[in-house]
Amino acid sequence: MMVAIKDLPLDEKILKGHAACPGCPITIALRIALKALGEKTMLVIPASCSAVVQALYPKTAFNVPTLNIAFEASAAAASGVSSALKALEKEDVLPVVWAGDGGSYDIGLQALSGALERGTDFIYVCYNNQMYSNTGIQRSGATPYGAWTTTTWKGKEEHQKELAEIVMAHHIPYVATATIAYPTDLYEKMKKAKEMKGPRYIEILAPCPPGWRFDMSKTVEMSRLAVETGAWVLYEMVDGKMEFTGYSKRLLAGKKRKPIKDWLKMQGRFRHLTEEDIEEIKKEIDAKWDYYMKIYGGNEDGK
Amino acid sequence: MIVIDTGNHIAALAAKMAKPHVIAAYPITPQTTIVERLAQYVENGEMDAEFIRVESEHSAMAACIGAASVGARTFTATSSHGLLLMHEMLHWAGLARLPIVMVNVNRALGPGWNIWSDLNDSLSQRDTGWIQFYASSVQEAYDNIIQAYKIAENEEVMLPAMICYDGFILSHTSMPAEIPEQHEVDKFLPEYKPAWKMDVEKPATHGNIVPPEYYIQIRYDMHLAMERAKKIIQEVGEEFGRKFGREYGLIHEYRCDDADYVMVTMSSIAAEGRVAVDRLREKGEKVGLVNLRTFRPFPREMLKYDKMIVIDRDISPGLGGVVYNEIRGNGSEVYGFMAGLGGMDVSYKDIERMYELAKQGKEGLYPLEVK
Repeated sequence: MMVAIKDLPLDEKILKGHAACPGCPITIALRIALKALGEKTMLVIPASCSAVVQALYPKTAFNVPTLNIAFEASAAAASGVSSALKALEKEDVLPVVWAGDGGSYDIGLQALSGALERGTDFIYVCYNNQMYSNTGIQRSGATPYGAWTTTTWKGKEEHQKELAEIVMAHHIPYVATATIAYPTDLYEKMKKAKEMKGPRYIEILAPCPPGWRFDMSKTVEMSRLAVETGAWVLYEMVDGKMEFTGYSKRLLAGKKRKPIKDWLKMQGRFRHLTEEDIEEIKKEIDAKWDYYMKIYGGNEDGK
Repeated sequence: MIVIDTGNHIAALAAKMAKPHVIAAYPITPQTTIVERLAQYVENGEMDAEFIRVESEHSAMAACIGAASVGARTFTATSSHGLLLMHEMLHWAGLARLPIVMVNVNRALGPGWNIWSDLNDSLSQRDTGWIQFYASSVQEAYDNIIQAYKIAENEEVMLPAMICYDGFILSHTSMPAEIPEQHEVDKFLPEYKPAWKMDVEKPATHGNIVPPEYYIQIRYDMHLAMERAKKIIQEVGEEFGRKFGREYGLIHEYRCDDADYVMVTMSSIAAEGRVAVDRLREKGEKVGLVNLRTFRPFPREMLKYDKMIVIDRDISPGLGGVVYNEIRGNGSEVYGFMAGLGGMDVSYKDIERMYELAKQGKEGLYPLEVK
């Protein structure tokens, strides 16, 4: 039985006065995540929007111990936190990396892979806004095909990579995806991860209003439509066993995906796309789902 | 107890006896035998520490920063390119005021690949806020590591410390070293009480965005801490002397009292230099030697000799010898030699020769371009 939104803990670890843009998905996601993780959490945050969102020294809007660290170093620093907590017999405290896609897909990938391979006892969260938002909307390895950024003015020519699948190749106990339109799904996954040991990875799609060029009131809608069109997929892999969750589970069971065009046309970053470009994106999503159907479709959970 | 072993094994022994909670390290020649030995200590149960076998030196330092932020005593070791890969995190550790202790086995930088001694790796970390010790013997390497923890963790200092010694010349050469008993080390170096740490009971954010009016204070306070470290290094060195019979300060003077010329150098060249001084003294030359134990903090005010001959195993392209240029301009007559780059041998005979050349008013790249 899934938790109801009304049953989420009332305690807030994200305080008033944070410095996020209006409509920012980061604080929405972190607020829910910290409700699940609780007060015995230590955040490790690399250079990212989250480093700004905390607000300026000497103040902070995060009411859990937070360590800021260099861009590529969060997973390694969390390894140190994790080992120190063990050495100092404080294993009831959980280190959690809260990193963007730039810090995870690109510059932080080596440290992430190393920490996963070493079996580091921590949760690594990648909130994926599909670009370098903090530095002013540049392309990352997570930026989708065709998207305008300030380093791909005519649209990105390459497709994004799938970091969660790279993470799965490390055979860690828990890999999950989520997005902010489904807060209870995110909450449940955080809660489940918290109860486990070893490396746990959760990736959250985080639609960024200024980066994706949409109105700040549409963040949740944008997140929901990403799932409904199949552009973003909700699943969790527990000890190698894959299970789709929420709306994605229904898509796997045969429910028709909404047209990808509906999601693309809401975003200014895709305004310049030609019909061929849209077809290219559609082809990519179809191929992804064909693969899921073949591998995971037709099982008991999917129906 | 006298132990005869290599610099690296003695360094590993010192690290073990300092009882760090967390070690994070990555192998690189010529540091490797330190981490091999530490891994053995941990696996055998001789050492109660968490050993993180990281995937790079950058991650080694990041992991030490993470661990130290929770209040753990930490240790790592590296060399050359490994140290350079850490560079960003060295600044981070310094500004975060974390008393991480690290051994750097000095080695030249590529290209082309060169694994022999050269001090440019650590000297180019000058402004990272790390205390830098240089050892001229295996014994000094041991003593510096034990003292480094006590100095770095002092509340008036709270800065990371790097213990440097020459690759192969010391790292892989067996020499006798006097090793105290564990209980004596424990008494000299009590358990680490961090000045700050992450604590779920007292949630705080460390290292978020700092506006200029605070940044300038934080940055300058590092400088003040480094200045205060001079006194603490002296005090800890004296206490070490009282307990273990070997006293230390910022510099070590050798036969300088009536010297007309004082040679200034560091690392293993200082050991050769003492031999050169003895031989020159026998010939009636009034010469002494100063071994710089610390490069940061730099004991500039202690180097008030009329005539100095500085021997650098390093070069700052466009300026010359690094130590030479840090000393120059203090009112003394200073001659500078760059020698032994990339591990070229610098024997006492070479040092005697440099002394003779300096007396003729010459200096430069020894032995190739002395003018």
